Amino acid sequence: MPRLRTRYSALQLVRRGVSGTGWPRAWRSHELTPTADVVIIGAGVHGLATAYYLAANHGITDVVVLDKGYMGGGGSGRNTAIIRSNYLTPEGVAFYDRSVKLYEGLAAELNFNVMFSQRGHMTLAHSDSSLRTMRWRAEVNKLQGVDSEVLDPAEVKRIAPPLDVSGDRRYPIVGALYHPPGGIIRHDAVVWGYARAADALGVRIHQQTEVTGIDVANGRVTGVTTTRGAISAPIVVNCTAGWSTLVSDMAGVRLPVSTYPLQAAVTEPVKPFLPTVIVSGTLHVYVSQTDRGELVFGASVDPFTSYSTRGSLDFVEGLAGHVLQLMPQLSQLRVLRQWAGLCDMTPDFSPIMGVTPVEGFLVDVGWGTYGFKAGPVAGETMAQLIATGKTPELIAGFDLARFADGRLVGEKGAAAVGH
Amino acid sequence: MIELHCPHCGPRNVSEFRHVGERHFRPDPGTTDPDEWRAYLYLRDNPAGWTDETWLHRAGCRRYLVVERHTVTNAVRAVRDAGDASSADVTHARAGDVQPGTTDSSA
Ligand SMILES: Cc1cc2nc3c(=O)[nH]c(=O)nc-3n(C[C@H](O)[C@H](O)[C@H](O)COP(=O)(O)OP(=O)(O)OC[C@H]3O[C@@H](n4cnc5c(N)ncnc54)[C@H](O)[C@@H]3O)c2cc1C
Ligand SMILES: [Zn+2]
Repeated sequence: MPRLRTRYSALQLVRRGVSGTGWPRAWRSHELTPTADVVIIGAGVHGLATAYYLAANHGITDVVVLDKGYMGGGGSGRNTAIIRSNYLTPEGVAFYDRSVKLYEGLAAELNFNVMFSQRGHMTLAHSDSSLRTMRWRAEVNKLQGVDSEVLDPAEVKRIAPPLDVSGDRRYPIVGALYHPPGGIIRHDAVVWGYARAADALGVRIHQQTEVTGIDVANGRVTGVTTTRGAISAPIVVNCTAGWSTLVSDMAGVRLPVSTYPLQAAVTEPVKPFLPTVIVSGTLHVYVSQTDRGELVFGASVDPFTSYSTRGSLDFVEGLAGHVLQLMPQLSQLRVLRQWAGLCDMTPDFSPIMGVTPVEGFLVDVGWGTYGFKAGPVAGETMAQLIATGKTPELIAGFDLARFADGRLVGEKGAAAVGH
Repeated sequence: MIELHCPHCGPRNVSEFRHVGERHFRPDPGTTDPDEWRAYLYLRDNPAGWTDETWLHRAGCRRYLVVERHTVTNAVRAVRDAGDASSADVTHARAGDVQPGTTDSSA
């Protein structure tokens, strides 16, 4: 448990509310130091969680986290915050299950309300073939102790009353995969919580600091060059998601990653009516209702690669059509905003974690459209790898070498739309 | 990017096209080695800048096109028919490629 300068509590809230004293800054700014034990590139949930667990679990505190923009400015501040562990492969299920467990204790551990709401996650089946994959997924999940079950239409209706299960729609609901521990979280709070706790343990976070070069000598990483100066370090970790190939190229490491924008949209708030997260892979849409009452929608990635985060009319148009297929009663609801973030897609929809051919240069990338939920477990395992020099069992299957060896971990069936 | 100028059909809405991906060339299966083959399957340059890529005008002339596009601004500076390019220009969608609109995933 980090020694925080101010602990957040109900008592503090009342005291400061009554006395009118403001809150101190949650993390500090620093001058750039010329050396560090570990340099982490990217201050999203992955970079910050790695820094936090390095300090909290292993006592490694001479750690810097660099971001070219602001913390959480990448996918970590743009995602739709769905957390779940009902994946398809045994590697995936075990890994994401550990993350859900860490998320369950995160608010207490970080002394930051991350608003994790385990309201259930329901993936709809519109055909017999979908139902078959779901049965498969449910069994893989249950074998590993993950709560996951196939529902019939009547049970779907009981849990999610707004859905039309009558069977006379173009895409009838013939069943669903239901995952009670799944849910949504306040993504910014997770990022800020990790940043505040890491800062309290001595980690130095530098925003507005872009890495422009990675120094490699005799096959070993020796440090980085940034827009604010150079830092020499024996360990450099790439946590830059959508930008990860640009950063890895600096070290001469090629990654099987393509950058696609993913868009999302949010409506005006309405009274609570949607109790769980609803996903339809066939209709390329998923939806949840926030605590404020807004509906948050997402879909599949944009149809072509890009580093642009501009929204498109095609996206909202397609989305509206698909949402109305599911819930025609929403036709009067207005979309308030739409936005996009960059996703680092891999050929098998699984991440790339661990060592690279350049010694000391590690990657934690390939998080595509599904990596927010993995932040805690990725941080925990990457920190373990750095501290012990050994790749933890939980991430062994996600190594970069799997592409050369032909050992892909196919998660497309469980991650293409459901994130 | 909202429009692509097809050399056969003129300016058309980008939703008529399918992005096949970065241009890359298939090594000769008879002489290649596993490393080269896997690089062909999985590795792309993914640049932030100008790139040459293949698109298919699926709702138009159904011709494969070579498009020079800037991946940060999405500006397009040239489009030509893939058949007009050199004879080695055989491009293929990569295995496991992300093809939105074609995935009937059970997510
Ligand atoms: C619309 C949308 C919806 C999503 N929905 C979900 C969901 O429901 N559930 C889920 O689990 N996941 C979801 N995701 C995916 C998830 O957001 C990402 O996988 C995750 O946030 C990646 O976190 P990260 O820390 O690896 O990277 P990011 O948060 O993207 O952070 C990378 C950081 O690296 C910095 N950087 C880049 N280049 C440099 C450089 N040269 N020098 C210094 N810094 C650099 C960037 O500024 C950025 O802040 C969604 C993504 C999007 C876009
Ligand atoms: Zn045409």
